[in-house]
Amino acid sequence: MSAPGTPTTTRVPPGWAEGEPDATSASEATGDLFAGHRAPVVRHLLSIADLGGDGIAEVMRLSDAFAEVAERPIPKVPALRGRTVATVFMEPSTRTRLSFETAAKRLSADVMTFTASTSAAVKGESLRDTVETIDAMGIDAMVIRHHASGAPLRVTDWVGASVINAGDGTHEHPTQALLDCYTIREALTQRRDGEVPADFKGLRIAIVGDIKHSRVARSNVLAFTALGAEVVLVAPPTLMPASLEGWPVTATGDLDATLAELDVVYLLRIQSERLGEVLLPSLDEYHWRYGLTRARADALRKEALVMHPGPMIRGVEISPEVADLPASLVTRQVRNGVVVRMAVLFHLLGSGVI
Amino acid sequence: MADRERSSPRPKGRVFVARTRVMDRDEVRRALVRIAHEIVERNRGLEGVVVIGIQKGGVPLALQLVGILREIEGTAVPFGTMDVAFYRDDIGMRPVFPEEATDLPFDLTGRIVVLFDDVLFTGRTVRAALEALAECGRASAVQLAVMVDRGHRELPIRPDFVGRNLPTRRDEMVEVSEEGVTIGDLVAAGNEAAR
Repeated sequence: MSAPGTPTTTRVPPGWAEGEPDATSASEATGDLFAGHRAPVVRHLLSIADLGGDGIAEVMRLSDAFAEVAERPIPKVPALRGRTVATVFMEPSTRTRLSFETAAKRLSADVMTFTASTSAAVKGESLRDTVETIDAMGIDAMVIRHHASGAPLRVTDWVGASVINAGDGTHEHPTQALLDCYTIREALTQRRDGEVPADFKGLRIAIVGDIKHSRVARSNVLAFTALGAEVVLVAPPTLMPASLEGWPVTATGDLDATLAELDVVYLLRIQSERLGEVLLPSLDEYHWRYGLTRARADALRKEALVMHPGPMIRGVEISPEVADLPASLVTRQVRNGVVVRMAVLFHLLGSGVI
Repeated sequence: MADRERSSPRPKGRVFVARTRVMDRDEVRRALVRIAHEIVERNRGLEGVVVIGIQKGGVPLALQLVGILREIEGTAVPFGTMDVAFYRDDIGMRPVFPEEATDLPFDLTGRIVVLFDDVLFTGRTVRAALEALAECGRASAVQLAVMVDRGHRELPIRPDFVGRNLPTRRDEMVEVSEEGVTIGDLVAAGNEAAR
């Protein structure tokens, strides 16, 4: 769980990044505009570690403005008129790609779509040639999903566009973590009659499932703990990473023992396609030991929230009837995905800071 | 918003130093009372009138204006706030942030919108606000009220109601609040006392 996304400044307009060598003219002219914005300056979004707590808080604040836009009769603003966003998905995905494309279109950006199955990648073109070709067409942001951890970081060396990690191997999926944080924040705000929580201090969040192979888990551990929450990882030993050294979390194999003290239960999908080896006796047994059944849902505290990044496999991670309970935020997560991705795109392309 | 126009060339490490107090709290209030009467006179009452404050500087003054309109006409005028960051024409040229989410709890179609901002300077904020308004409905008329018109327009925009015409140099700063209006300069941090 290293943090590769070192902020680079190559195409940031002069003076936008702190600590530029020519601190005399251009950077002096605008540097003070960041007064009041403690968030770091980033060009690419590769890892939640690029943002830290302040950066996440800034994305949340901006997402509020886009949530209002989403409620309008015409849910569209001209903020990124004339910019082009390319989505490059080398792994199957519908919801993340559609979510990014919807977000870009609501900002009036143009969208180019690249999917591995219908492209030159199946003819044997390398990733480098593919992204350089797309970049040469003149794009401002590249949203990339790849089966190899670290691929988006590698791509930042090859393209001039801002790179957004939409999931790389078992490494990270930062926009999923941001939308999850926003969804929790929204639920807490509603419960507190409109008072927005400053952070997640005092919250106890369990992430349940295939921690070992989950990029969502890695991004969410970073995001939840950066906001002050206490995170418990729950998984059978075969699906827990070999070492949790340096992770600010606790781990357990016993879901039932933790249920009563949780504020949020975050269920991960059992990724059958990533389970190359036999790590589970059967999906039925997983459901019996770790699935959120009706009985476990009843053991939760009344105000506990249930989340899942999707796609949800009913009958494995979650029982069909539990998925439809009011405590389930799954559809809010999807709706907020568009809003948060608008904020990320606007930040990277519009303001230059997160 | 006007705050951002004022501060757009604000150099790093500089601070605002007040030089001249041009209006005090009572004068701001009196200007708002006059603007309120002018709005009633122009529109022959307050039928269909709504007030929208531009974030961030226009909102507290617009709220005060709504209170004054209620005192003189006994009518509660619908009030909304608008942030125009997403409609600005300098996105990508410099950092642009929304201050607050837009809040327009009514349909604009057929209404007379009084747009309120604290300072009218280049006119670019107002241009952005007009574009944002057009997407929220077809107002029957849009009227512009500002507390201070400081000149230096870059677009063909003029206010309908003005608190004070205030000739300024381009590099000066104008600070407006309910407490008053102040002209000042940007001074290198640490040099404030030397002024």
